[in-house]
Amino acid sequence: MTDSGLRARSPLEGATLAIDSTSTLGIRELPFLVQVGLRADPADEPLMSRLTTVLGARPPTDPNTTSISEDGTNQVLWLGPDEWLVLGEPGTAGALESKLRSALDAAAGAVVDLSANRTAISVSGPRARESLAFGCAIDLEPPAFGPGRCAQTLLARANVIIVPVGPADEPAFRILVRPSFAGYLATWLVDAAVGLD
Amino acid sequence: MTGSRLPDGGTGIDRGDPRAFDFEGTVVSGFAGDTVASALLANGIDVVGRSIYHDRPRGVFSAGPEEPNALVQVRWASGISEPMLPATTVPVEDVLEVRNLAGRGRLEPAEPGTDTGRFDARYAPCEVRVIGAGVSGRRAASNARTADPGARVLLIDSDPAAAGDEVRRGMTALGIYDHGYVTAVERCPAPATEGRLWHIRAGRIVIATGATERPIIFADDDRPGVMLAGAAATYVERYGVRPGERAVIFTNNDTTDAVTATLRGAGTEVVAIVDARRGDLIVGTMGDDAGRLTGIRITRAHGRPDAGADGDDPETIEADLLLVSGGWNPNVALWAHARGTLRFDERIAAFVPDRAGPHGRIEVVGAAAGEVEGLGDIGPTWVVPPPGPATDAAWSTHYVDLGRDSTVQDLQRALGAGLESIEHVKRYTTIGTGIDQGRTSGVVTSAIAAAILGQDVGAIGVPTFRPPTVPVSFAQLAARNRGALADPIRVTPSHPWHEANGAVFEDVGQWKRPHHFPQAGESVDDAVLRECRAARTSVAMMDATTLGKIDLQGPDVGAFLDRVYTNTFSSLKVGSCRYGLMCRADGMVFDDGVTSRLADDRFHMTTTTGNAAAVLDHLEEWLQTEWPDLRVHATSVTEQWATVAVVGPRSRDVVAALAPSLDVSDAAFPFMTWRDAVIAGTLGRAFRISFSGELAYELNVPTWHGLALWEAVLAAGATFGITPYGTQAMHVLRAEKGYPIIGQETDGTVTPQDLGMAWAVSTKKDFIGRRSHRRLDAQRPDRKQLVGLLPTDPRIVLPEGTQLVAPDADLRVTPVPMLGHVTSSYDSAALGRSFALALVKGGRERIGQTVLAPLIDRVVEAVIADSVLFDPENRRRDGEPQP
Repeated sequence: MTDSGLRARSPLEGATLAIDSTSTLGIRELPFLVQVGLRADPADEPLMSRLTTVLGARPPTDPNTTSISEDGTNQVLWLGPDEWLVLGEPGTAGALESKLRSALDAAAGAVVDLSANRTAISVSGPRARESLAFGCAIDLEPPAFGPGRCAQTLLARANVIIVPVGPADEPAFRILVRPSFAGYLATWLVDAAVGLD
Repeated sequence: MTGSRLPDGGTGIDRGDPRAFDFEGTVVSGFAGDTVASALLANGIDVVGRSIYHDRPRGVFSAGPEEPNALVQVRWASGISEPMLPATTVPVEDVLEVRNLAGRGRLEPAEPGTDTGRFDARYAPCEVRVIGAGVSGRRAASNARTADPGARVLLIDSDPAAAGDEVRRGMTALGIYDHGYVTAVERCPAPATEGRLWHIRAGRIVIATGATERPIIFADDDRPGVMLAGAAATYVERYGVRPGERAVIFTNNDTTDAVTATLRGAGTEVVAIVDARRGDLIVGTMGDDAGRLTGIRITRAHGRPDAGADGDDPETIEADLLLVSGGWNPNVALWAHARGTLRFDERIAAFVPDRAGPHGRIEVVGAAAGEVEGLGDIGPTWVVPPPGPATDAAWSTHYVDLGRDSTVQDLQRALGAGLESIEHVKRYTTIGTGIDQGRTSGVVTSAIAAAILGQDVGAIGVPTFRPPTVPVSFAQLAARNRGALADPIRVTPSHPWHEANGAVFEDVGQWKRPHHFPQAGESVDDAVLRECRAARTSVAMMDATTLGKIDLQGPDVGAFLDRVYTNTFSSLKVGSCRYGLMCRADGMVFDDGVTSRLADDRFHMTTTTGNAAAVLDHLEEWLQTEWPDLRVHATSVTEQWATVAVVGPRSRDVVAALAPSLDVSDAAFPFMTWRDAVIAGTLGRAFRISFSGELAYELNVPTWHGLALWEAVLAAGATFGITPYGTQAMHVLRAEKGYPIIGQETDGTVTPQDLGMAWAVSTKKDFIGRRSHRRLDAQRPDRKQLVGLLPTDPRIVLPEGTQLVAPDADLRVTPVPMLGHVTSSYDSAALGRSFALALVKGGRERIGQTVLAPLIDRVVEAVIADSVLFDPENRRRDGEPQP
């Protein structure tokens, strides 16, 4: 999100996401999350250490894992052998992008602001895992999938990145989805709750 | 057969919970826990339907999914009607109405608002999956839980009343696929849900599906009153139903001993036990006018003390129930789905899983593995010859597959026709193609075929088992992918404005794009003409957010683009844009778009809306497989940027008002350049590119500002009467300029040269598709080329797709040689007439010539023209030309 004259409107602004009052399942949008795409050679140790300094966390090299900076502001998701997505606090995109670009220096890589390229939907509560299981083929339970992991997969018919954030007994998931699919996915998530048994 | 409810007993029913349903106009009463079949038997209804081809009366034959006779159409309590269900598996609790089918189900047309049943699907990973909750299955599940208390052990059983703890009941496995993938269907898994399709990924699978009894085949073996022996015991024990009063048992094994005891305990008189192992055989049955069983004809073996004077002279016994057991077939379908092999086990006279199979993660236990309890020494009796001369016709009532009305006579015909493979026999006779999939007929068929062919049953084998194991409705397979969720609907950030302002949308892939914005009382054609006129005379705006956008970074991007585009990009200056054409290796046009240089090592590529993902895949494929040495990173940014095109001679004024800090003069911001710009206070990018030939800009801001940008452009343009336009006006405007749309003018067989775009094809460098352009075929002078087309009558808009033929073509002699076809066709405000684009053989050589366009009701003349019909000198791209 930039300081600007044009009003920012998140893809799910005004969408009906409430399910019921029992709060066994919470669905809400986390708008304007900062997301910066990062490509770099993981074998370039000086580069990796420069990036680690900027991010406060070392970009993970184990597939489908994440690392988090000590202050908790940045989370780095592994998306490929030389590809990461950095999640940060709203409003920090410009600074993060330029610091990462400086860290790249002369190395071949890429830094691209993708903050508006996906929005985030938080699905949380005791029924969260069950409701996602209606449309997600991967194993969403720890130890296969818990905090520290991430996955690029399909939820219903939308491409998503899923990041588990809650403890095992109180699961919460961040679902990153492209804005054009957000309305579809929100409708699907709300509808999924009907089938909870 | 005269079935009746016993005064007490029935482990599966709740006598305190009476239920009723309508069967063919009769109210049938039962109890919770009954199936439709047990309730029918309890009410003395012995004829439950007629057979599919021979119209013979049939009764309940089994007590499970193997039922070949009692197939019914069910209206569930939810109101949904479902055909072809075995009455033996339908719980009475959920049923309103039952009809018999004579083998032919029908899908009832849904009246609007009535097809509201909810079906869903769910994924379930687990460590151990046990299919079947009988003794063996429960033991396997218990062992798995003990061995690893943390393991997710999923124990399922298709029986809604299966015994045991931690059993998912009413859930039927449909198939086993690779890597532990199992599908299953569950009825009524949640209060608001009719059915659920389960996708289960299991680390280990235990198949404990038990065994199914099979009959012995004899003349007139299909009467109501003939039933599998084990089924009769089930009706007594589970449902408290006595299936008949005078029973004869025909068997070749010991499992009928317990059945005899059970029936006698229920008050059924067992008048004879005909044991084929002693040489006693049932050679036929007798029936009443309705076809119901009244008696049985038996031959006793020669030399036995109780044999008649002539052992071949059948003895007659009156009975209303004939219980048959020809042995038990292990339920191996799921094992076979996973390519587990089978072998014929003489010990139980049935096919069993071959344990030498390669499936470490799949285990078969209990009866499914061949451990059939109480079988004793089974006799090899499969079929009883007809009592008289064994002519073909004498076998015509030896029903093998009751569900398909297939007989031993049919089987003989198949073998007589030279078919030897059991797969061919299955298809010729249709045995095993009914909804029970040959559960009672399959192995019997193989055995009879083996006997006729003089081979071993094991050598004949059984037909391939394929999923699903039980019928599944299309509604269930579709699950929640229906209605609004049938396919994702993708929308741009300005979509709420489009909707609120009456846009008529068209589907472009999954996107909803405004096709046009009609004003009150305006037709489509009027609206499009008005929108086009605004773009040519004043200013208009379009939501171009759906264009594909790819960010390319790295020192080798220029070199990479030189290889993927037909023209050169490495020479492009930072701040400039260039139109590019992309071919596949076959030389045919694949995509086009404008690509801009953001920095020495960074480019911003645009693609067509429909090809965005395909182009990114194409780039990645070449980068990863052919040119891994190139230092290039491609990232989709399609949805990072919202795009508004501002088009027309007054567009500069609008952009100037929106971006006061941007020097919009032609000198500072010329055609085919881009600038960082603060647009209405937000940092974005302005591109001076045009898809209409007019002075035009494409403004990009981060997506979440997209709606505000749209509204800001609208406000800034208000003084000029800015006009929103849709995809149709965009198509007309570009066609007037002869700009092709990839996928409309092209179809995968069109080269850049065919489009008249040789100017965009470099002769100095290599690129994907270049070698294909050198093929002789790519250089034929009579290839179809893109041209303009002007109907002689300027009011006629030719249908797109119209075929074009030579003016002297004889339209009466078909096929008429074809010259080409219309690819795009519109009415034009700027030209004041209709026009079209067409692909015509050797078209550029034909400019000025007349061709014919034969329509259904008339033949239209049209003149071939240059493809650029409007402003061929490009005098308008910098604004209204000064006179």
